[in-house]
Amino acid sequence: MTTMFDVGNKVAAKAVQLCRPEVIAAYPITPQTVIVEELARMVQAGELSAEYLCVESEHSVMAATCAAASMGVRTFTATSSQGLAFMHEMLHWASLSRLPIVMINVNRALGPGWSIWVDETDSMSQRDTGWIQIYCSTAQEIFDTVIQAFKLAEHRDVQLPVMINYSAFTISHTMMPADILSQEDVDAFLPAFEAYWRLDWRNPVTFGNVISDEYAMEKRYTMYRGMEAAKQLIPEIAREYEQTFGRYHGGLIEEYRLDDAEYVLLAMAAIGSEAKVAVDNLRDKGYKVGLGRMRVIRPFPDEELRRIGKGRTLIALDRNISVGSGGVVYHETRSAVLGVEGCKVYGYLAGIGGRDVTYEDIEGMALKVINGEADPDVVGWWDLKDTGGK
Amino acid sequence: MAIKDLARQELMHPGAGSCPGCVDLLSLRMTLKALGEKTVLVIPASCTASIECSYPKTPFQVPVLTMAFAASGAAASGVAAALKRLGDDDVNVVVWAGDGGTYDIGLQAMSGAMERGTNFIFICYNNEIYSNTGIQRSGATPFGAWTTTTWTGKSEQRKDMLGIVMAHRLPYIASASPSYIEDLYRKVQKAASIKGPKYLEFHTPCAPGWRFPMEQTVEMGRLAVECGAWPLLEAVNGKVEFNLRSKQILDGKYERKPIEEYLKAQGRFAHLFRPERDEKALAEIERWLDAEWEHYRQLASCGVAAA
Repeated sequence: MTTMFDVGNKVAAKAVQLCRPEVIAAYPITPQTVIVEELARMVQAGELSAEYLCVESEHSVMAATCAAASMGVRTFTATSSQGLAFMHEMLHWASLSRLPIVMINVNRALGPGWSIWVDETDSMSQRDTGWIQIYCSTAQEIFDTVIQAFKLAEHRDVQLPVMINYSAFTISHTMMPADILSQEDVDAFLPAFEAYWRLDWRNPVTFGNVISDEYAMEKRYTMYRGMEAAKQLIPEIAREYEQTFGRYHGGLIEEYRLDDAEYVLLAMAAIGSEAKVAVDNLRDKGYKVGLGRMRVIRPFPDEELRRIGKGRTLIALDRNISVGSGGVVYHETRSAVLGVEGCKVYGYLAGIGGRDVTYEDIEGMALKVINGEADPDVVGWWDLKDTGGK
Repeated sequence: MAIKDLARQELMHPGAGSCPGCVDLLSLRMTLKALGEKTVLVIPASCTASIECSYPKTPFQVPVLTMAFAASGAAASGVAAALKRLGDDDVNVVVWAGDGGTYDIGLQAMSGAMERGTNFIFICYNNEIYSNTGIQRSGATPFGAWTTTTWTGKSEQRKDMLGIVMAHRLPYIASASPSYIEDLYRKVQKAASIKGPKYLEFHTPCAPGWRFPMEQTVEMGRLAVECGAWPLLEAVNGKVEFNLRSKQILDGKYERKPIEEYLKAQGRFAHLFRPERDEKALAEIERWLDAEWEHYRQLASCGVAAA
């Protein structure tokens, strides 16, 4: 094992290389670009044997990726924000085709106005597309998750695409150490891809023709079953990885100092790692606070939240907003824990559009709830400036 | 080549859900005969996508990847890349798109695939409308034609798609018509024999969309060529040659039939003649046609610079 000290994107590209994708289609968008640049370099330098397609848009990226995956080869791509939004139609295409594509989405705010900074509204807007969504907090977690994601996506019981998300710049462009597995280790953990279905002239099938209501509902049901299987398999694969390589970042939720916690912060990606510092500080001050770091949003970890939420107060920190509704984690958590004894859910919107969220901010939000200064039915906007009555 | 020399193998079985007399289907059947079974078809949203039959039935004896409307060129690049990895790159990768999926929504992805040098054939079957969605105008609809979005006749001329494709400097480009089936068949085989991106466009009259009797689709396609409304040409490495009737017209060996013969045969142009003749529109059609043929003459004499 070697240790790499580099930005999240470079560590991600290293993990992708070790997973031996056969076809990579790419289109540049900040702040994801470093990943596809590095993969292009690897292919052109002979360090990665793959077909690398420079495609002319993100819609085409996902079309080319779906098409290659339909031929039965392992595929990878990466995108961000506007690019992810442009892919929207093809995201549905990938999951309805049950293609085990792995994609990294570096969370970035949507324009206008142009913003390249972190915001999770881009991926949250895609949560109904049938993609598994995992959120990472460190370069090491990105590395380990990429390898696990291929195994998960390609599992017979899942057969769904996986979107790995992490924060623009605070993770994508921040140097962090990561232990790197050898090619032999990755090959042993992640066997060669055997497609569940593929297009082949030797056995011609028509894929994607008109489907009547006689079959369409069952098709969706089997996708739903795939997601349910992923709920079991994400923690299982994470534990298998831990047993093999000794590293574990959590299952659907990473539980941090929860044992006697009365208050549990729910946060993800960069805020998820910052929240650990906040929890430690609050613990030092005598507050019984823990963290549920949300690693997976699809499938939604409703059972875990019911278990964690029993008799506790949950404080959801959302760096995303469904305008007209509120933070996605807050709302989905409220829905999941409905009727759970003694569970209250508070929500804060924080860091929208990339505004920095420090451990002091997180402590501030937690203390508002602890001190009875927050309303569980009203989503709080943290660090909001005066908008002049508008 | 004679009809009896066409391949016997049927890769398009009966039972497709097309309208009677559909020459999209005829062209597709002949194309698959010319290509053989080592073929992967990419079909975006189009009439063809909806006449494929409902799951779990299919008339195709080659693999078909149905694709999103805008994405067929990109999908072809993905298929070709995967075939390369699988060591199967002698398989024909063929996009079969309508004019909407080529001239309009599919243009960017097609252009991208051509620029990337994808080894594939992009075939546009051009029925000059969005026929699958109910006869709306497309970038390929001719001036003056009634459609359900141009009730008083389209007020713009069609896009010069062959010109757009020629600007990509492809090794092979051809236009054909299922009314000249041996020519179409030969051009498909020629395209399949050349590496790199190729473009074919078939002019496929649509009886319900153009408002004429469905037993006349083949005759209508022939009339289009004889009146000069559709050219038969091919360009090898940029050198343009016209074929059959179109060549005879250019060589002065055949006089273009009056365009009104073609217009009067189709209900979509009926408003140009009833209740009274629309002289202004008819003059615009004549002007455009003359200009097109002058352009064809220039193409035939100098061709397009090869890359």
